[in-house]
Amino acid sequence: MSTNTAFKNEAPNEAPRQSLDSAVVRFAGDSGDGMQVTGGQFTLSAALAGNNLATFPDFPAEIRAPVGTTFGVSSFQINFGSSVIKTSGDDFDLLVAMNPAALFVELKGLKQGGIIVVDKGSFSDRNLRKAGYEENPLENGTLDAYRLIQLDISQLTLDAVKEHGLSNKEALRCKNFWTLGYVYWMFAHKRKETIDFLRTKFAKRPDIAEANISALNAGHSLGETSEAADGFQGFAIPKSEDAAPGLYRTVMGSEALAWGLTAGAQLANLHMTFCSYPITPASSVLHQLSNMSEYNVSTFQAEDEIAAVCAAIGASYAGTLGVTSSSGPGIALKGEAIGLAIGIEIPLVVVNTQRAGPSTGLPTKTEQSDLYQAVYGRNADSPLVVLAARSPAHCFEVAVEAVRLATKYMTPVMVLSDGYIGNAAEPWLIPDINAIEPFPVTFRADPEGFHPFVRDEETLARAWAIPGTPELMHRIGGIEKDYDTGHISYDPSNHQKMTDTRAAKIKGIANDIPAQTIAAGPDGGSVAVVGWGSTYGSINRAVSNLLDQGKQVSHIHLTNIWPLPANLGELLAGFDKVLVPEMNTGQLLTILRSEYLVPAKGINKVNGQPFKIRELEQAITAEMEG
Amino acid sequence: MNSVTPPAKLTPKDFATDQEVRWCPGCGDYAILKGVQKTLADIGARPEKTVFISGIGCAARFPYYMATYGFHTIHGRAPTFATGVKLANPDLDVWVVSGDGDALSIGGNHLIHMLRRNVNLQFLLFNNEIYGLTKGQYSPTSRAGTRSPSTPLGSVDNPISATQLALASGARFVARSIDNQIKHMPVVLARAHAHAGASFVEIFQNCIVYNDGVFNDFTAKDKVANQQIAVENGQPLLFGTNKQKGLYIQPAAFEIEVVTLGENGITEADVLVHDETNKVLATLLAGLQGPDFPVAIGVLYCDPAPSYEEGVQVVKDRAPSKTEGDLNALLRTGHTWQVDAKS
Ligand SMILES: Cc1ncc(C[n+]2csc(CCOP(=O)(O)OP(=O)(O)O)c2C)c(N)n1
Ligand code: SF4
Ligand SMILES: [Mg+2]
Repeated sequence: MSTNTAFKNEAPNEAPRQSLDSAVVRFAGDSGDGMQVTGGQFTLSAALAGNNLATFPDFPAEIRAPVGTTFGVSSFQINFGSSVIKTSGDDFDLLVAMNPAALFVELKGLKQGGIIVVDKGSFSDRNLRKAGYEENPLENGTLDAYRLIQLDISQLTLDAVKEHGLSNKEALRCKNFWTLGYVYWMFAHKRKETIDFLRTKFAKRPDIAEANISALNAGHSLGETSEAADGFQGFAIPKSEDAAPGLYRTVMGSEALAWGLTAGAQLANLHMTFCSYPITPASSVLHQLSNMSEYNVSTFQAEDEIAAVCAAIGASYAGTLGVTSSSGPGIALKGEAIGLAIGIEIPLVVVNTQRAGPSTGLPTKTEQSDLYQAVYGRNADSPLVVLAARSPAHCFEVAVEAVRLATKYMTPVMVLSDGYIGNAAEPWLIPDINAIEPFPVTFRADPEGFHPFVRDEETLARAWAIPGTPELMHRIGGIEKDYDTGHISYDPSNHQKMTDTRAAKIKGIANDIPAQTIAAGPDGGSVAVVGWGSTYGSINRAVSNLLDQGKQVSHIHLTNIWPLPANLGELLAGFDKVLVPEMNTGQLLTILRSEYLVPAKGINKVNGQPFKIRELEQAITAEMEG
Repeated sequence: MNSVTPPAKLTPKDFATDQEVRWCPGCGDYAILKGVQKTLADIGARPEKTVFISGIGCAARFPYYMATYGFHTIHGRAPTFATGVKLANPDLDVWVVSGDGDALSIGGNHLIHMLRRNVNLQFLLFNNEIYGLTKGQYSPTSRAGTRSPSTPLGSVDNPISATQLALASGARFVARSIDNQIKHMPVVLARAHAHAGASFVEIFQNCIVYNDGVFNDFTAKDKVANQQIAVENGQPLLFGTNKQKGLYIQPAAFEIEVVTLGENGITEADVLVHDETNKVLATLLAGLQGPDFPVAIGVLYCDPAPSYEEGVQVVKDRAPSKTEGDLNALLRTGHTWQVDAKS
């Protein structure tokens, strides 16, 4: 259904809101239109309405792209509903387009029959041309397949904020909150939290805060007063009923990572020294932790990524938990130093918030293409532990586990996140840190029988003796050390022994991590779909849908990338086919094939967008039938 | 019983390890090792509180020979490891040992940033104007025209001045000594140690195998008097066999001249007096080169400022809450909602 003007139909009034199980909304506008803030506020209101949700902020690489251009479009997608939400959604039900460029870029993702809310006031000839439209799509019938709600949001906003005496430019900046007010009405969300947010955010400019609040209220009341005329009553999405009881919040991946690292350091009874160099999309972890000095955290912005990792290693050497964080290009620079940390066997956590590459690639777009780099990307035989988070909230437990393994085994641990996980948000059942089993570190103090490479027989971890400890003075470094004395050794057979020991230590961790479980479907049979990282939601939903259709298929999702879980080989052997969807050209695929000699097949894409559920269903089905 | 016995006075030997020293016989590094061990004994250093950190090179083997804590890291990056160590434990006494290639080529960037931050440590640069460990290629301090395995017909690049770079980077303590000046070196090193903040010391070091005698024009016995000037704070800048020569700046000129007392009416009162807090003077002294000028050794510049670690603490104290944060509570701030158990 399409209506060219929102309110002209004669319609019965007092109709109830239309009940939906879930909805996908995409806010799209110019970089300067505030779509990310709008999306963030909408996320909060959906969470407070008791919905499950998943979000996908999708913004351009340019800080301030020219106004009105297609490459300046910034979008925020949210999938929210009463049942389990696994992804930010494939196609959207509602597209909010603040200008022609946003409509041009995003229309292809809207469902047939979906709703478009546009700011008619921004569809000037000039803006249409900038977006690449030859004719005005609002007028030429090309949007007939959709339900078009066109409002002169620019003018309505100016009217709504008039009394606050802002300049025209400042007044127009309130457009996004006007729109948010309208969309709140559509889904019966409450405005209170957003009003509080605005008053805090603009505490120093109360006129701007109040103008935005007026805009928000005006957008909302336009919805209320227009409903009867149009017959469109808005939607109602019931509270989710399947959430486990407890206290919830929304959390972004970067927050969960920062908090998880902090929690891990506390559980290890260590101060954390976090050293980093800014890079998109990893910087948010640095920003988050820089604000947490009261939580036994120090942060250091180094002169480059090499300095950052080396300072972190120095900090571990001196008895704190050294952590460094970057994205692929920065991780590449850290490679040599990570090798040193492997050689001297020192705890270190390295976080890689992956982005599309090679080189600068697509810095704001997500990809999972640093798996080889994590597992293999250093000179020589230099094994370390690799863990991958599958969702924003999952970053917390992965970070805690990274600290546990790094300190228990005296090893670097690489944590893989990605741009999508880092920026996306989801509801989180807040854990009780006091309920997590602590793993306090004991530094070596006893000089009896000490040398720097004296090992724990079970874990093979060497003793951690820190400068300042009487009688334990020792020298370590990158030159190979004698297994029995810890002194420099050029003896070839000793090098063999030390190389074997380093490998055995990491391999042995397979017995100290959870056995691999099945995320959906039977634990053997015809097809296993094996994933890792942020593809979790899409794969899980796709496999669940196929299971509902009676297909025999299972989902296995790896958190422990290296070492792989001890039972994984056996598990995979129980399936006729193994499919590996990844946002790269087949990296886990190669590892599984080389480790287990399974004839696994890849489902791969690298277009900067997460997998769509439908896409995966089709690919899996094709493989099953093929 | 728990009586505290004052730590025994340690001798230079107490700072030596049992590891076989692997430098070439006659290498200047041996003398520097002795000088450092003597300094540590002189200043009453505690081995368990002392950490030697190095990058890669002949010079960088140094930590293995010191009976303190030691960390031999990777090429050029020693300042960054040292910064991490000081961030984690500001109470440790950290010495960084580096070569001219390590400090000024691959690690130039880190040296600059460690100095500008003023991390409280001692940085010793063993300058032999060559890459020793990799068998004699020219280095960033090699003079233009240096013939080496990688520049058989002579190098093209202009050399960098380590001390001028340090001054330009914001170092608050810049000094020089020479491997064969066994009396001078421990005095300079003790000053470096006493200085709070980053102390930068360049030590001219003879590489007997790949660059033998490169400093002879001012370090040879017969050159010391006329081609070296040992600067001392508050003292006139005099040198020469009978201290008859001095450094002089013509009023309104920015150039140093060498003058001879008694000639052209010059008296000692005309000679510049060393002021180690004067950065302009330090920069001029750092640039003096033979044959027309003596090479300046000693403390060229010392003007303390708060260290990085102190600054970090000042900033930490700005945090709104002084008590240790409760992470569990932090996770529960902001917008939360309760999902009740289904009855
Ligand atoms: C990443 C890296 N690049 C190159 C080298 C090889 N390398 C080791 S020491 C050195 C130069 C050392 O020269 P310098 O710092 O002057 O020390 P010296 O040996 O003269 O004391 C080089 C190029 C290395 N170890 N690591
Ligand atoms: S090569 Fe030169 S610097 Fe290196 S140990 Fe031998 S003499 Fe010393
Ligand atoms: Mg050298």
